[in-house]
Amino acid sequence: MLVIKDLAVKFPSRFGEFTAIEDVDMTIKPGEIHGLVGESGAGKSTVGAAVIGLLSAPGYIANGELSLGDTNLRNLTPDQAHEIRGDRISMIFQDPQTSLNPLMTIEDQLIETIQAHSNVSDSAARKRAVDLLEEIGIKNAAERIKAYPHQFSGGMRQRVVIALAICTDPELIIADEPTTALDVAVQSQVLDLIRRLARDRQIAFMLITHDIGVIAQIADRVTVMRKGKVMETGDTPQVLGAPTHPYTQALMDAVPPLDHRIARFRVPEEEGTAGVVTGNTAEKWLLEGQQYALTGLTLQDLCVRFAGPRTSLFRKPEPYVALRDVNLDVRPGSIMGLVGESGSGKSTLAKAITGLITPSSGVMRLGDEILPAGKARSRHHPSRQLVQMVFQDPYSSLNSRHRIGAILTEPLWFYGFVQDAKERERLAAAMLELVGMAPDAIDKYPHQFSGGQRQRIAVARALLARPRFLICDEPTSALDVSIQAEILNLLKDLQSMFGLTILFISHNLAVVRQMADDTAVLRNGVIEEMGATEDLFARPKADYTQTLLSLTPVMPREWQSAG
Amino acid sequence: MVAFLKRYEGLWLFVHSPAAIIAAIVAVLIMIGAVFAPWIAQVNPYDLSSFSLFDGLLPPVWQEGANPQYLLGTDDQGRDMISSILYGARLSLIIGLAALTIAAVLGVGLGLAAGYYGGRFDAIVMRIADVQLALPAILTALLIDGIARGILPASMQQDLRVAVLTLAIALSLWVNFARTARASTFVQMNKEYVQAAIMMGQRPSRVMFVHILPNILGPLLVIMTVDLASAILLEATLSFLGIGLPADSPSLGTLIRIGMQFLLSGEWWILWIPTLFLVALVVSINILGDFLRDVFNPRLR
Repeated sequence: MLVIKDLAVKFPSRFGEFTAIEDVDMTIKPGEIHGLVGESGAGKSTVGAAVIGLLSAPGYIANGELSLGDTNLRNLTPDQAHEIRGDRISMIFQDPQTSLNPLMTIEDQLIETIQAHSNVSDSAARKRAVDLLEEIGIKNAAERIKAYPHQFSGGMRQRVVIALAICTDPELIIADEPTTALDVAVQSQVLDLIRRLARDRQIAFMLITHDIGVIAQIADRVTVMRKGKVMETGDTPQVLGAPTHPYTQALMDAVPPLDHRIARFRVPEEEGTAGVVTGNTAEKWLLEGQQYALTGLTLQDLCVRFAGPRTSLFRKPEPYVALRDVNLDVRPGSIMGLVGESGSGKSTLAKAITGLITPSSGVMRLGDEILPAGKARSRHHPSRQLVQMVFQDPYSSLNSRHRIGAILTEPLWFYGFVQDAKERERLAAAMLELVGMAPDAIDKYPHQFSGGQRQRIAVARALLARPRFLICDEPTSALDVSIQAEILNLLKDLQSMFGLTILFISHNLAVVRQMADDTAVLRNGVIEEMGATEDLFARPKADYTQTLLSLTPVMPREWQSAG
Repeated sequence: MVAFLKRYEGLWLFVHSPAAIIAAIVAVLIMIGAVFAPWIAQVNPYDLSSFSLFDGLLPPVWQEGANPQYLLGTDDQGRDMISSILYGARLSLIIGLAALTIAAVLGVGLGLAAGYYGGRFDAIVMRIADVQLALPAILTALLIDGIARGILPASMQQDLRVAVLTLAIALSLWVNFARTARASTFVQMNKEYVQAAIMMGQRPSRVMFVHILPNILGPLLVIMTVDLASAILLEATLSFLGIGLPADSPSLGTLIRIGMQFLLSGEWWILWIPTLFLVALVVSINILGDFLRDVFNPRLR
């Protein structure tokens, strides 16, 4: 049993001491899955690192008790701590790509770990390794064990990581975002495995995640953290179903439900992001720019092929089909949701529409006009202005060496909307207000803003081109759930205000349900199903859609707030 | 705030790095000396009338038989060592900086374009760079020297020695810039801000120079300092071997070459003083380059 009392971790720096976490209390019983949930910077991972004794360099435990069973984890010599790590406490990391050694076979890695903690012969260790792999659901384990990590898929690799974690029969496993890098189908398998291990082997799990759906699905108890402090702790149904702390309530309000649509997210009014849009100048300017009516987009038999790996010097490489005969009709003024797992071709589709890649066949139409593909689209083609994009990663979509003012005025100058430089700055500032930011931001640089603020700036930049068609490629997947709610609200407001047509790309079904009028489901470059969002979610026809929907972690309906 | 801290961070690291401080002081002193050589030096080593053979081979002041007028002694022509070194360093630095500028403009331009366009253009530029790397700088210098001798009339050759030398050094240094610029550009090309700019339909030159270049400046600056040291050393090597500058307009390399003749006859200062001076200059520039790399690359810290 893990007991944490009054834990505080501090990081000394030359600007004084930074308190990463303080007053953290937590008890995890054997066989219990304890969810640790919070947004980025909440100190969740620091708790895990403190328990396993792997705090990064200057950080140290300043205060509190930390004990596993009757061992005090704070009084250990480095050697004793090393003994306990792996033997009694194990860890599962987020990214199975990097937590396995790519140059060693699975067998060697498992045997190495087993022999490091118990004195057994090679053959006994090998037998145990094979048994373990079978237990965690790898078929044909005796053969597969000879393989290297890259020969396994992402989900299988994460199973191997779990096998490594349990091969010494630990009492406690710290799982730091174990499913964040995985697709939903794989995620649900890994979560099932974790639940089974907790039940059968009585292992205590500390499950660190930002995904409340995952917590709702498997955690017995949950602790909600924010800014290094525990906000609320208790049994999962009680904390998520009837949250008492205002922060937990706000967090729950921000989680998009999968089974119904809410008009707007309830967002606590904070950080100067006024709910009411005030950027009047910008609004007028945008409205007067509507010389084009609502603009839709149609794709006809769109195919994208990439050159595959070259297998012979003399043969042409086999093409890799990224998109196959995609037909898509985005109605003018509507939001089309595009759902798919990683590698399904969502981003390829966006790039084909924006002309960054050249489709091998098919026709694209913006409104009534044919959209020239790839390199055939001249730099001055009107679609370069009418179609704008909001990217996934707000950290790389803004040029970090340019002022916000320079970033925002660029479209105004480039498309020749406003000739006067002062007027451009004024309009950019007004646009910042429109997207809920302080107008004095124009003199700052992107790194001075948080992810959510940057995404607002990215939206402002797209709007300043006076677009009629907006592509949002996973606009919120890099953001915390409460920020996601704000950005989704903003996009909804702007869409209804300016009659934009939006192609909304996401891997998150719940988000698409909240945003889209129509939804298309993409899988391996093929559209599996398309239809009105309400229909598609209520009565999915394609098997794939049904599977996706059933595997997405959801909260029981009675836990959800009314919205 | 963070921008300020970053700048502050560099300064903080600088104040806490004695090696960097000493290197900076040495480099700055040498550069000031070189820039103001005509005002500081008591004799002009290029002006035959300003020194006399009677003062030849005087040792530094701390040795017997020295003339206190010449602190570090004189060479066989009676030239004051300090003045020769200051003028020599001036020439070395001019050639080094000019070569560096040419190399940077050529290399960064080609590297950026190679990274931006990719494909065939990239392949051609990089193969040329590979060939260039296979040729030692001395060979390049000899080649350019030979071509210059073949094309130019004899009267111009002497005047153009500096230009030929500069060009030779620049040609052997541009590859570094091209490779770094290309690799960094590849990284930036995948960033979404670049895709946004391309999507808008901005001119390739604008995307390259306004958007990408400021973002890859860090590693390029580091290469610049390190390559400045290389350029000065290259110039010294070439001059030492006699391909570079003639004895009547001595750079540091030429001074060392002249000094070699006196190594075994007891007049050690004629060789050692310019050599130590060159070492001090190159080492301090290199230390500054390493320091800059640390500032720009926090992961190496």
